[in-house]
Amino acid sequence: MTGLVPLAAGPSPLWYATRAGGTVALVLLTATVALGIAVGGRYTPRRIARFEVSALHRNLSVLTLAFLVLHIVTAILDSFVHLGWLVTVVPFTASYRPLWLGLGTVGFDLLLAVAATSAVRLRMGQRRWKAVHWLAYAAWPVALFHAAGTGTDTRLTLQLALYAVCVALVVAAVWWRLYRAGPGRVAVRLWAGATALAVPVVLAAFMNSGPLQPGWAHRAGGVTPAATGTVHPAPAPADDEGGPE
Amino acid sequence: MAGTYSLGIDRIACDGYGLCAELLPERIELDEWGYPVVASAPLAGDALRHARRAVAACPALALRLDRATERVPDRQPAQRT
Repeated sequence: MTGLVPLAAGPSPLWYATRAGGTVALVLLTATVALGIAVGGRYTPRRIARFEVSALHRNLSVLTLAFLVLHIVTAILDSFVHLGWLVTVVPFTASYRPLWLGLGTVGFDLLLAVAATSAVRLRMGQRRWKAVHWLAYAAWPVALFHAAGTGTDTRLTLQLALYAVCVALVVAAVWWRLYRAGPGRVAVRLWAGATALAVPVVLAAFMNSGPLQPGWAHRAGGVTPAATGTVHPAPAPADDEGGPE
Repeated sequence: MAGTYSLGIDRIACDGYGLCAELLPERIELDEWGYPVVASAPLAGDALRHARRAVAACPALALRLDRATERVPDRQPAQRT
């Protein structure tokens, strides 16, 4: 099993915590986004009330942030890759896979803005709150590409299935929402529908050309082998991952 | 009546999501198009607590709490009719 390879290298529990935290955060973010779309589209389930859908959206968003904090703090505390606290808020400054890790920082920043404005929503007014809240739609694909680009478990079949389910859920929610939308705002609807189609296509193409190809760890980034030389004593040609996979 | 509140609805902002009627059925009913009809009686105690929740839950921020102090004299005749 592929799972045995990292065990042999012996990363710390923190590294497993950051991977698990990131994966759970992605699942929770996906659920939050889908529920948010459901609220916007006036989803009216038979078993539960509409305010419960809305409350679930809010509560899961807080839970998402909690797991994101776990994901980020454990990644920094772990000595497997050397990251400073700066990377938590300033994107693309990491020495390890700067682009793909930076996407995670961008997503976190966007979600922080969304969360902060939602906390003072009653005071800031609906229009301004909503303008910021739309950033969540940007944060989700950014988080997805962060996971695909730098996720240690991206190559596992189960993880790929999980990504597929996440993408399918949000795309289905967006299309359901567009189906329910009334006339007007044609440009926005066309744009949203096209983007919802483009994200899985681009993601699949990226996965095929990047993370699922041999040698991705070297191309993705960075100076990892030098920084964590003790973990990888020698390049392993059989296992094409040079980074801490 | 000082310090009491009553519910108000921004009719332009309201989109008829209907969450308020689920959260505060003792004060809010939905008309046949799904828009809220609000009882104008002042709120206090538990009712006020539930009302605050309903206000926070409104997806359109169309539900609000008005301080009833200056409005009560105007409203009393209307309530009696």
